[in-house]
Amino acid sequence: MIMEQPTVLESQGITKYFYSPEKTKVLKGVSFRVSRGEFVSVAGKSGCGKSTLLYILSTMDTDYEGKLLIEQQLVTGQKPDELARIRNEKIGFVFQFHYLLNEFSVLENVMIPALKLGKLSREEIEHRAMEKLRIFDMHQHARKKANQLSGGQKQRVAITRALINDPLIIMGDEPTGNLDKKNSEIVFNIFKELAGAFHQTMLVVTHDPEFAAGTDRTIVMEDGNIVNDLTNLNQP
Amino acid sequence: MKSGLITSIARSLMVARFKQTLVAAIGVTFSITMFVALLGFMNGLNIMLDSLVINRTPHIRLYNDIKPNPDQPVSRMQAFAGRYNIIRSLKPNASRESIYNNEAIMSTLRTDKRVLGVAPKITSRVFFNVGATDMLGIVNGVDVEEENRLFRFSDYVTSGNFMDLKNVANSIILGKGAADRMLAEIGDVIQATTSQGNRVQLKVVGYFQSGLGDLDNVQCYASIGTVQKMTGQTSSYITDIQVKLHHLGMAPALAKEYSAVFGVDADDIQTVNAQFETGTGVRSMISYAVGITLLIVSGFGIYNILNMMIYEKMDTIAILKATGFSGRDVNRIFTTIAVSIGIVGGAAGILLGFLVCLGIERIPFETEALPTIRTFPVDFNPKYYIIAGVFSLVTTYFAGFFPARKASAVDPVDIIRGK
Repeated sequence: MIMEQPTVLESQGITKYFYSPEKTKVLKGVSFRVSRGEFVSVAGKSGCGKSTLLYILSTMDTDYEGKLLIEQQLVTGQKPDELARIRNEKIGFVFQFHYLLNEFSVLENVMIPALKLGKLSREEIEHRAMEKLRIFDMHQHARKKANQLSGGQKQRVAITRALINDPLIIMGDEPTGNLDKKNSEIVFNIFKELAGAFHQTMLVVTHDPEFAAGTDRTIVMEDGNIVNDLTNLNQP
Repeated sequence: MKSGLITSIARSLMVARFKQTLVAAIGVTFSITMFVALLGFMNGLNIMLDSLVINRTPHIRLYNDIKPNPDQPVSRMQAFAGRYNIIRSLKPNASRESIYNNEAIMSTLRTDKRVLGVAPKITSRVFFNVGATDMLGIVNGVDVEEENRLFRFSDYVTSGNFMDLKNVANSIILGKGAADRMLAEIGDVIQATTSQGNRVQLKVVGYFQSGLGDLDNVQCYASIGTVQKMTGQTSSYITDIQVKLHHLGMAPALAKEYSAVFGVDADDIQTVNAQFETGTGVRSMISYAVGITLLIVSGFGIYNILNMMIYEKMDTIAILKATGFSGRDVNRIFTTIAVSIGIVGGAAGILLGFLVCLGIERIPFETEALPTIRTFPVDFNPKYYIIAGVFSLVTTYFAGFFPARKASAVDPVDIIRGK
């Protein structure tokens, strides 16, 4: 069923070098596709290049060889302004660290990417942001400053922010890496819910085998190569 | 919408670092205040010092100079044409000091559209007989009303009423220095001997003080009629025609023109008082230099504070970029911060500068030499305020330019992976 869905993200032979302290090949021609609605995890040991790959896929890192396509459109070689627009419209991020802006309230943090996109009026965006916060039971904290929240709450707000523009794909870099077990579970359940109820396409980098096992598909990396591409059958 | 978002982010960053932002704005305010106050005060003094001379000096003076005739008979002789004629021991000829046909010249000048006004004058050298001693003096015969209209005569008459010169027969206004030496009070009658040998009695109706000591020791004023009577001349006797123009700058050209048309000598104010223009120029150049230095120093302050803010807000910049803000957007955020500091600081500075100027204008400044000045002079020319405003924007923009460029070049991957 999943195979019938259109391809959202495709990497073709992505190769990346690090130059300091000496030239090392971190990614050795990585190729794979992500289809619409897939919940994919990228697993592997620390230093295997999985985060490096994610930042290339996110269009933030442009120093690589190979090709990156988003919705069958070639992204490699686009101008920085165009890449910024693609990130704004099509990609939502959740990082290990929450990266909320402490100068703004929770609601404003969620609204900023949508204000930047500028497709809706401020009132509509505010309404949508409140709706999304309500999904994660964060609406009562909407007026608080970002630094008044706990770690788990911050991460939930960060996920809400990633969702505000209804992105094509959500990318996560160890989204539970900084959280305790209880909050990890909450965040993981949110991801599950997004995949199950909203069919949100997601690509999450994790070193947590439990998290990886909970996703639809796990890409295992080792030493800059994909060594395994598993479809997880333990779906509820 | 988008520019609104950028301003609101810029504002939030400024509010988050309110103290630093305030310090930067105060830096700009201080320098703009000093710039405005300095230039206002400096140029106030300049204008006052210049006006000491300019107010009392005609733009063009028409007169007959005492000099040898440039057209000597030998050069008219056909036999010597085309040769060099050298004449030694030439003496000035006994030309009349009076300007020939002066009524016609004056009425022609009065109809000239470039001319603001014309005032006739007679200069006569006299000896004031004080007891056993004689003191040299110069009596200027003036048309009292025109002299006042064109050359602010009344400003310099420190005691007595200048109109008495016209209304009281055989009256004189003495230079303050001359009066002090003669011990002449207002209402006293003094005696003078003219260069023709006539003895006259004159009534003192006031004191004249220009602020230039040498002038006040010898210069005295009487009406034209009085001087004509003293010197035994007819009522057509005029030695100088003083012309005041609408535009000072036209004086050299017009002086040449009048000299040719009327066949008299003509001096323009620029030639006579060249050193004043130079002094004024140098003084205002120095004050501009100091003012601009102040602004540039405050620009460095803004540069520092923005740089610090960017180091502190690396995470914010990284996340803005990750969520779709381009380098140009980030650049605009920090440029907005810099320019807002410039606008707020500059506006406050202009206002404060104006208040400081008002304050300086209230400070008493009384000196013997300057009878018309009671407080420090300040120039409120809007030019300085406009220059200050423009400069505050320009310097803050450039102070923000490099930090903003740095911020726009921040690589979000470096920051996010570094955690």
